[in-house]
Amino acid sequence: MAICIAVMIQSQAYSQSGSMVEVKGGEFVPLYGTKTEIPVDGFLMDVYPVTNAEFQKFVEANPRWRKSQVKKLFADDNYLRNWKDDLSFGDDMLPNSPVTNVSWYAAKNYCECQGKRLPTVDEWEYVAMANEKQPDARTEKSYNQFILSWYETPDTYKKTIGNTFKNYWGVYDLHGLVWEWTSDFNSVMIGGESRKDSTGDNNLFCGAAAVGATDLMNYAAFMRYAFRGSMKAQYSVKNLGFRCVQDVEKSEL
Amino acid sequence: MTMKNLIYLLLAAFLFTACNNAEKKEAEVENNLAETKVSSENKELPELSIYNLPSTWTTQNGEHIQLEDLRGNVLVMVMIYTSCKAACPRLVADMRNIEKQVPEEDLDNVKFLMVSIDPETDTPKRLKDFSIENDMEKDHWLFLRGTPEDTREFATVLAVSYKKISPIDFSHSNIISVFDEEGVLVHQQQGLGVDNTETIEAIKTEVSN
Repeated sequence: MAICIAVMIQSQAYSQSGSMVEVKGGEFVPLYGTKTEIPVDGFLMDVYPVTNAEFQKFVEANPRWRKSQVKKLFADDNYLRNWKDDLSFGDDMLPNSPVTNVSWYAAKNYCECQGKRLPTVDEWEYVAMANEKQPDARTEKSYNQFILSWYETPDTYKKTIGNTFKNYWGVYDLHGLVWEWTSDFNSVMIGGESRKDSTGDNNLFCGAAAVGATDLMNYAAFMRYAFRGSMKAQYSVKNLGFRCVQDVEKSEL
Repeated sequence: MTMKNLIYLLLAAFLFTACNNAEKKEAEVENNLAETKVSSENKELPELSIYNLPSTWTTQNGEHIQLEDLRGNVLVMVMIYTSCKAACPRLVADMRNIEKQVPEEDLDNVKFLMVSIDPETDTPKRLKDFSIENDMEKDHWLFLRGTPEDTREFATVLAVSYKKISPIDFSHSNIISVFDEEGVLVHQQQGLGVDNTETIEAIKTEVSN
């Protein structure tokens, strides 16, 4: 992590670090892991997912994250798969589209290089339960239908950032373009011995037959948790990008 | 300029140099790639080696080590937390069973690592006490504690999942991993009390390599 601090100082030049918004802390009951309210401290979140153009600048400054140089421990063969070479993304890719095919290690280091970090699962879910008007829209049918219809739409990663709605906090594109890495994605215990985990809800597997808003909500969130649970940190997937967050105190340094 | 900013700048300058050095070193090593038999000290790490992780860890004896300090040993590794009452005692028992079946003469080349997923609670002292309670005091038993971040990263390499479910409890995968002398993962056994024949074979094979 330390390796990139030098770049951090220059990072203002290319990052959209200006475009972060403050998310006020609060409590919520996530779908997984607990049945009780958990506290989330306030933090700053990137308004948009990290784009191809931004990631290109990052690999320019950090050779070890270039396609040809990245170590296999930190990224699988799909890393920056559609890039033409080390420093240029594919002709059919837009600078303003979210970067995808990035491993967790690369995403994590990108954020660290900007003095930021990846959001935790809880932080991400906390912000992502907002629609345009409400901080928690999870019981709204329209909110859930938007998410589920996105899940069914192919290739949304090719769209440009800012394409979806601006949520209550001022954050765009949490739903509708790409799935996003979280710092503790490997805290999701689905499958294996954790099936007996009393904190999980076995009924979720029946979500497909659900019609009510609560069931739709559970189904949409369940998809995300299941996806996280199936990931390994070196995986680089075409519909998986990331954005960064920052602790409030730190940004005031 | 505030003192803090100054420190950042100095730190940045220093790290930048360090970063360049590292790259130069890599380039040099690449030149050497043609030579197949270089001593293990100078040989470049395999891409899949866990020694590519730069984190610093504290042992049960309060020593600070880099993972790479363990290079040259076969590693048998598990992630636990000492206040665990459910799976961990069985995981610890599994580790002990494996250790017992590794021939005495091989033990000099093997390290059994217990990495804490609860660094806040598992202080070096606590790890030390745990090692004594569990009769794991010989040199080949190593208990490690890192920062929460480094621990999370380390778990990703092992494909271990864990989550704090209460102030004193975690749910976590039960995985024992074997790494070769260069830090490359060669075998994993998953579950509790499973047949460990293959794990022991993997250790013996790596030691004899």
